[in-house]
This record gives sequence, C-alpha cells and structure tokens, in this order.
Amino acid sequence: MPHTKRQIVEKESVVVKFVGDSGDGMQLSGSVFSDSAALAGNDLATFPDFPAEIRAPQNTVAGVSGFQVHMGSEKIFTTGDMVDVLVSMNPASLRANLKWAKKGATILVDTDAFDEKSIEKAGYKQNPLEDHSLEAYHMIKAPITAMTKESLKELGIDNKTAERSKNMFALGILYFIFNRDLKMAFNYFEERFKKNPKLVEINKVAIQAGYNYADTVEALESVIQVGAAKMPKGRYRNITGNTATAWGLLAASEKSGRPLFLGSYPITPATEILMELAKHKSLGAKVFQAEDEIAGICSSIGAAYTGSMACTTTSGPGLSLKSEAIGLAVMTELPLIIVDVQRGGPSTGLPTKSEQSDLMQALFGRNGDGPVIVIAASTADNCFNYAYMTAKLSMEHMTPAILLTDGYLGFGSALFRIPKMSEMPPINPPIAKANDKDYKPYKRDAETLVRQWALPGTDGLRHRIGGLEKENITGVVSMDPMNHQVMVDLRAAKVEKIADVIPDQEIDGNKKGDLLVVSWGGTYGAVHSAVKKAQSEGKSISHAHFHYISPLPKNTEKVLKGFKKILVCELNSGQFVNYLKMKFPLPNFHQFNKVQGLPFMINELNDKFNQILEEK
Amino acid sequence: MDFVNTTIERTTVQLSKADFESDQMVKWCPGCGAHAILAAVERVFPKIGYRKENFCMISGIGCSSRFPYYVNTYGIHGIHGRAAAISTGVKIANPRLSVWMATGDGDSLAIGGNHFIHVIRRNVDINILLFNNQIYGLTKGQYSPTTPMGKVTKTSPQGTIEHPFNVGELVMGAQGTFYARVPDNNITMMTEAMFEAAKHDGTSIIEIMQNCIIFADKAHNDVIGKEHKDENMLLVKNGQPMTWGKNNEKGLILKDTMLEVVEIGINGVTADDILIHDAYNQDPGIHLMLAKLAPPHFPMVFGVIRSAMFPTYDDMVEEQIKYAKENSKIRNVDDLLNSGDVWDIK
Repeated sequence: MPHTKRQIVEKESVVVKFVGDSGDGMQLSGSVFSDSAALAGNDLATFPDFPAEIRAPQNTVAGVSGFQVHMGSEKIFTTGDMVDVLVSMNPASLRANLKWAKKGATILVDTDAFDEKSIEKAGYKQNPLEDHSLEAYHMIKAPITAMTKESLKELGIDNKTAERSKNMFALGILYFIFNRDLKMAFNYFEERFKKNPKLVEINKVAIQAGYNYADTVEALESVIQVGAAKMPKGRYRNITGNTATAWGLLAASEKSGRPLFLGSYPITPATEILMELAKHKSLGAKVFQAEDEIAGICSSIGAAYTGSMACTTTSGPGLSLKSEAIGLAVMTELPLIIVDVQRGGPSTGLPTKSEQSDLMQALFGRNGDGPVIVIAASTADNCFNYAYMTAKLSMEHMTPAILLTDGYLGFGSALFRIPKMSEMPPINPPIAKANDKDYKPYKRDAETLVRQWALPGTDGLRHRIGGLEKENITGVVSMDPMNHQVMVDLRAAKVEKIADVIPDQEIDGNKKGDLLVVSWGGTYGAVHSAVKKAQSEGKSISHAHFHYISPLPKNTEKVLKGFKKILVCELNSGQFVNYLKMKFPLPNFHQFNKVQGLPFMINELNDKFNQILEEK
Repeated sequence: MDFVNTTIERTTVQLSKADFESDQMVKWCPGCGAHAILAAVERVFPKIGYRKENFCMISGIGCSSRFPYYVNTYGIHGIHGRAAAISTGVKIANPRLSVWMATGDGDSLAIGGNHFIHVIRRNVDINILLFNNQIYGLTKGQYSPTTPMGKVTKTSPQGTIEHPFNVGELVMGAQGTFYARVPDNNITMMTEAMFEAAKHDGTSIIEIMQNCIIFADKAHNDVIGKEHKDENMLLVKNGQPMTWGKNNEKGLILKDTMLEVVEIGINGVTADDILIHDAYNQDPGIHLMLAKLAPPHFPMVFGVIRSAMFPTYDDMVEEQIKYAKENSKIRNVDDLLNSGDVWDIK
C-alpha cells in the first residue's frame, strides 16, 4: 500500500532510534522495523541500548530503553553515530537521547506521555515541547497513547493492553515516513505471535492506525525512501552477533564431527549464546547450565577430554573466574573454545555497555606461562566466521582458544550472507587411532607440535592427564627442571606456529604512508568509516584491523614498519598498543583510547587522525 | 549382579586386578588409608564387568586426588575442588563411560562445596569416593570442613571454632540418591559399597573414613578401631534388621519420631522389634537420621545407607536430544542457517 501523495526524498542512509521506558516495547518496535528494512533490501546494522536493570523506576532517565537502526542503500559499517529520526515515547527518553539527534532530525513524540509528573521525573524544569527548546528539530507531536486506545476500542480489550500497543501505533507512523509496506510488519506479527491470534490482531490494528494517522496529518510533507543496497549475490538474513557466534560454533561442530558441548553460566551480555545453543538439541548440542562460571569451564574441560567440541561462554567477570581452569586446559593441551563477550569493567562495571578491556586478561590472565589462541570478531555477522575459526584452530592445534566479541557486537545485528556448509573450510582434529602402539599423551606432530586427542573408550589408549607438569612425550608427572623448561617452550611454540596457517594481516589503503590506523575487534565499522573519510580527503592514511591477536599474523611487523606513525585505536586504556609495543618495540606508536561504554564516533576518530598527522 | 544401566559396554574377557594397576609409583605415606582404597578399587573394577577402556577416573587436588595416576584407566587429575564439575562434563558428553571421582573433605566440602552439592542435586551418574580424613594432608595439617569442633591443628592452635559437616547430612540435604559410609580398614566393606555404587544410576557418594597417619592419626579410631568397632559401628544391609554389638544384641527401633537404641532380650524387646533397613526408600527421612547417628549414645552407621531410584541428569539429556532430533525440522546447520526470515539477492 505505498502512498504517492507526498514528495519522496531519496537518502543513502538513515539512522532511526526508538526510545522509551523499559516497558514500552522499544526492542520489539526496533526489531520489526529493522526486519522490514532488511526485506526491502537495505543493508543495515542495529543496536539495542537498554539499562542494566530489568524495570528501572518508570519514566526516569535510568529506565530508558532504546533500539537503533542504521539502514542504507550503501554498505553499512556502524550502527550510526547521530540519529536522523528519533521516536521518543516519554520525556525521560527524549532527555536522554536528544544529544544523539542531528540538528534538523525528525523527532516523533507521544504528547500524552508529557504530563507534569513525567516531565518532572525526567528532570526537566518545564515541558520541552512548549519551551521552544526543540525548534532546531522537525517535531511530530502526536497524542499516540490516546489514539492507540481509540483505535483498539472495537476489539474489546482492557485499557492496559490497549495502552501497551502504543509502540505499534508509533511504528505505523514510521512505516509511513519510510514508505514501507505494512505487509512486512503483518507477517512478522503472524509469525511471532502465532500462538495468540488476538495479539496479532491488536498489533495489526494499532500499526495500521498509526500509518493512517501519518497519512492524514499535515506535519509530514515528505516521505523518505532508502533504496535497496547493492549487495553481493546470495541469500541473506539479519543476525545478532551472539546468535552468529552460537551458529558458528554449531557449524564447526558439524564440520568437525565433534559433538558440541557447552558448559556455561548466565552473564550479561553473553547469555544469548547459551540460550541460542540450548534451542538446538536437534543438532546434538549438549548445553549444560552450570552452577557457576568455574563449573561451566570445568565441565567443558571434562567434555573436551571425551572428544567433544567443548565451549564455554562468558563476559569479563566470568573470564576472571575461569582463569585457573584455562590453565588446566593449557596444561592438558585440550581443545577448548572460550567466548568472552566483553563489557565495561573492572568488577561488575557496566554490564550492558561495551568495552575492549579484557584483551590483556585473555592473553595473559593466568598463573604461569599459559599461551592460548586469541581471536576477535569485528562485526555482528562475522562472529559466525570467527567462532568457526576459533573452534577449528582450537581443535586442530589442541589448545584452548579465546574468542573476543563485545556487547556491542553481541547485541547488535547486521545482514549476514548465508554460507553453504559445503563451502566452509574443513576441520580435522588429530584424533588418535585405537591400539596405536606408539601412542604417548605428549608425543607431538613434528611440524605443528600438536599432540593427539585420545578419546576415552578407545581400545589401547588409556592415559591420564592433569594439571601437574608432565614429562615431554610420555606424559608422566615430572618435576624435572629441564623438562619444565622444554614443556613451557613447547606450549608457547605450538601456539606461535599457528601463525603459519592464519591469513596475513591485510591493509586497507597503501602499504606505506604517513599514518597507519590500527584497530581490532568490534570497532571495525567506526574506524573503517573514519579512515575512508580521511582517505577521500587525500590523506596518506591506511587501516589495519586485526582479527588474529595471538598469534599475530606473520607479516605484522612488516605492516607496521611501512608507516611514519602508527595510531592504535581501542575501547580500553591501551591494551593492544602495549601488546604490539612489547612484540615490536618501534618508536612511532600513538594511541587513542575511550572508556565510556560507548563506541567510537567517526568524527572523534577523524579529529584524532588529523591531530596525529599534524604533530611534528 | 543385575545392572539397570545398559549404556556402558561390558567386557567380553575376564578382567583382573592387574588390568587396572598403573605403572606409576604410589607416593602416599606408608600407613595412609588411601592404599587400602586403591586396593578396593582395583578389586572392584574387574568385578563390575565394564570394558576397561570405559572407566574414567577424575580427581581434584589433595592427597586423595593423586588417585587417577595410580589406576590404569582414562583419567584427569583436575584442579582444586572442581572434580565434580569435570566429571559432570565427562559423563554428559559421553554417558557410555563409567565415571569415578576421587576427592577429599577439603577438595569437595570446602573449595568444591558448590560443585559437590550441585552434582548431587542433578543426580549425574558418577561415583564419588570421598576420602574423609578430617584434615588437609597435602598442605600439611590444617583443619578441614569435617574436622571435629575444638580440634587443635596448625591453623587452629586453640582448637577449631567451626561446626563440621556431616557428609551424609549434606548429601541428603542436596537430595542425594546414594550414600554409603565405609571405614578404610575394611576392604571388603569398601568393595561392596563401591559395587553397589556402580550399580546405582545417579550420583553415588561413598564417604570413606580414612586415616591420615601423619596429620590426623586415629581420627576415626574411636569408631572404627579394632577395640571400638563392635560397640560403635552399625553396618546396615538392605532388608536386614539394624543390629550390632559383640553378639548382635543391640538394635535400633523407631520410637515416636526418634531412633532409639535397645537391647534384645531386655525390657521384652525381641529381634522382631528391630527396625529393618530399607536403603531403597525414596523418602530420605530415616536415611538422614541414620547418617547423623554417632557415639557416645548411638553407633555410627556404615554400609549403604541410601540407594533410591530417581532419573539421572545424563539420561534426561539424552532423552531431550532424542526427542528434539525426532521432532525438529532443523536437522543440520544448513537448515538452521536458512530457517526463518531469509531472502535472496540476485
């Protein structure tokens, strides 16, 4: 039912944010809206922004929940710095989010929510809708609550249920503004609420009423058209980073033939991986919700010993608790996949906000010299590939491996080009053969230094492993000083040799120049966009974004040495830059750090690039 | 000899003690009770009848936890307190293994207390040998969660001021389905309890009253010592009256809601009045009372005190997976990737 009455304004990309009270259904509005954008062919990235409390006090700034969608007819790399369209369901959400609205942004507000008490609770001295403070914006002031109730009168539902549907009325207005087909929303409701036909009807009526309202109201002179993006051919879906991580693990399990075992404990923002894998018992996934983080990883070590592709998922505080057990996995040289969805720290820190401050913990947070593989995903969709690669390298090289993602990636979504399992790289764990007379627990492949995986139940391979240092080859407990030296060196060399099989570090831009911008993990989108902008301005600047952190790609030093200056940008106080300095003591490292629980803004990155380029 | 569990493959050849002896030197102190426990395990494993490759021995840290190195099975010597969690992973991942765990009072009741109660609550089918010597041995003599109150140790020079755990009480509080108590000076009693534990589907706890000759010598002597055992040890057997004493003259009866010691032939008490042990009762009421009995007014109860049938965690995992495989439309990862809202760009 696209309309033609209004003038259509074409845009390459638009950022929309839905904000309201925690109970206002903003996450649902955002999900429906972004699904429609995806089906209309836009590239997109989304991010939910919600408080650490489940239901913070109503109508306070602390209780504001949001969902941001960045959609475009061009490739989308970030969830967007500043907002073009803000949908605000109460005064507190307006107050908390106005700073993210571009000047001239369209702001849709529910005027019914701007009563005296709510205005005061939000911390406003007077009604912002009446004091001319919003004159720089294109305001659509609609009595959303009242009209929603009115539209649902016929359905004979109670007042509360009717009021709760105001998010769908508001969404109807958005569908009109973006010239979207309501059918896409209808299909979503039918699928999502298929067990409750009444709910399907309520949502349909509410969204239709909002759409009709927008069609008649004069505040809207034009509608926005975001065309289909030119994406590579293929089949697509929208996916969050946590789901992509879970699916990448399932894919690695299927490919390797090793059954998936997950021992995990709920922790924000990693819990969704546990919940997602718990759904897929039909693929043989054994998911054990343990009594604590330590039991999560220790059960996984037990499962790994028996030949499962064993995983544990957590966030920073949980990784701390798992430290000793990671050491056991290092010592026993068992494959173990540890996913750390990073959040703001230290301690409980900022559970729902994102940070990259677990890097040093992942690399070194153990007693003794305990090298592990560390890999970082950089987009919500490539969490799939990097989870897969983490599992592949862990099993093929018989060593624990840590995958770092973060809350921003985990909760955020992006379009995912669906791979075919037949095209995924093979995974061949070194499983010992029954009755192999030469089997010894710590006998190693001469090339890779990898020991064999002898599975309990197999004839002729009974052996014991454990946390005590073992004699090289035989695996007998050994306190011999020289043997310990040999084993420490071997464990390090085994991980270092993985550099032989991972791809070289890529450079976006020239291989030589004034400035190399280095980043890793979830900051890719923002840093990439900022570098592109600087490059388009003719600056001598290139970008190296790292996914493989331990070991580093073989050409890392060569990459770094091609530039006069190196600027390492990360959401911590300088962990990767110090790691690089330790490995490659070059004189020209600079750093840009931010620890606000927020992603980098493209503008602040460009400002920093310019500053570093100008410094003598 | 009837095993309910048919998951674990049985051996086709007769195994002997030699099949389970490891080539490692046993490094426990001479006179340590652990030697006898090892002998009991080497004696019972061949009797259980599983393939020798299907045994898996897991441990934590402490004197007890060196155990896996001394039996020739698959095994992991884990980290302090975490053996129950490691065992849980082993059993869930491969229910075809007979999983045994060697642990101590420090390992399982202090640092590993959380895992201990949760493995019991879940009823994961593993057999836990809890070496209770009432002391930290490997760290040389600090008090543990089972050290009697008031005991002088290296960390309690004026005597401990902590109430010790009663292992049986803890097991039943955590909804345990199998609990046996045995002395380390009776290999036959240990072997019988281990065999019953192997037969039991679910978490089996065997508390072994073990002597630490160096740091808590004779800690259990007042009960299990030669000169005391007739008076103070009651060995219960399912279906048998609960009697003890030099001539089996003493017995337990239930009076009102309490257990009471009586003597057969005195005050008109006959053998028929004595309470019959029902280890298989699902209700843990009497089992708990038995576990808590102790001298001077009561004997301490030994043998299989509780062996109740409940579903096991690992069985239910398998059932859920079987059901999901039979009923889900998603049969492989390609199905999963292409499920829900997907669209093609050409």
